[in-house]
Amino acid sequence: MIEKERHVLIILPHPDDEAFGISGSIAAYRKMGVPVTYACLTLGEMGRNLGNPQFATRETLPEIRKAELLKACEAMGLDDLRMMGLRDKTLEFEDDEDMIKLVEDVIEETNPSLVISFYPGFSVHPDHEATARAVVRAIRRMKEEERPKLYAVAFANNTKEILGTPDIIHDVEETVDQKLAALKAHISQTVWMMKETEAKLKQNDPEMIKWLRYERFFSYKWHADFE
Amino acid sequence: MDIVKTEHVQEVISSFANKDVYIHLETTNGSYASHFKEGFLNAGAFIRNVVVNFELGKIVGESPHRVGLKLPSGWVYAQGITHYQVDDLGRLLLAGLDADGKLSVALHISETPFTY
Repeated sequence: MIEKERHVLIILPHPDDEAFGISGSIAAYRKMGVPVTYACLTLGEMGRNLGNPQFATRETLPEIRKAELLKACEAMGLDDLRMMGLRDKTLEFEDDEDMIKLVEDVIEETNPSLVISFYPGFSVHPDHEATARAVVRAIRRMKEEERPKLYAVAFANNTKEILGTPDIIHDVEETVDQKLAALKAHISQTVWMMKETEAKLKQNDPEMIKWLRYERFFSYKWHADFE
Repeated sequence: MDIVKTEHVQEVISSFANKDVYIHLETTNGSYASHFKEGFLNAGAFIRNVVVNFELGKIVGESPHRVGLKLPSGWVYAQGITHYQVDDLGRLLLAGLDADGKLSVALHISETPFTY
């Protein structure tokens, strides 16, 4: 059961970060008529995969990933995409206050009832961590009664050990096709994974079906704040 | 990108000598290397849009090649170069791509700044 929201704000650093564990929920919110804003901080300029045969160079990759991001948004029915213009792999070196301000501004403008981002300390990539810190800090500065809910994606190897099991589970069966289309849209990043995914789906692999159908989030634990 | 043709690459590198040129130099294992293999030392570096003026530049060795630029008081060096392209802006893009087409090393030389 996916709760209806006033407005959902997604804040992530790389095109394709949304596809893996959030795109089914985004499509579901859009289906319910809930406005969704996606602030994507970089264009994933430093992605390693240039293909064999090559489809990109290090210099053309950002344009390719931008086009993929637009295609994924179309697949999810998302029409409010903000490309924030920061550079892949540099977010943790940005000024912390500037990062918080970026989040504050988009929260102030969109007035979301729910923000979805990564969980600080459990999101592996330094850009994910920097984004997660900025999101938590910006929301923490709001009056408690005015804060949006914060759902966080966590996938570090020690997640279960420390955070336990996710308390928010979305069954996205009805938007699984849109989710697959979003994953496919980011083909420069997902080409190998999609081959395996589609093969497993054909065999009705239960683990794969489960992975696609259920999206898992942690409500941010304010009582155990990361700092 | 094409497999490195040493003579052509050498020609292009030499055409940038004794000019102020913008450099992009990068090595990477990918940000998830130590997530997939715990204990793996994930190392990498990149510089971008740093201006250098080299007096001599060479590509040497069998593939994967090594490229070195000799500066009046220093060096720029990249190892593992397999592919290259001179793009439509006249920039030399050198890359070391593994069997899957994943970038391990890049060295780009341009007379104009690279996009941010």
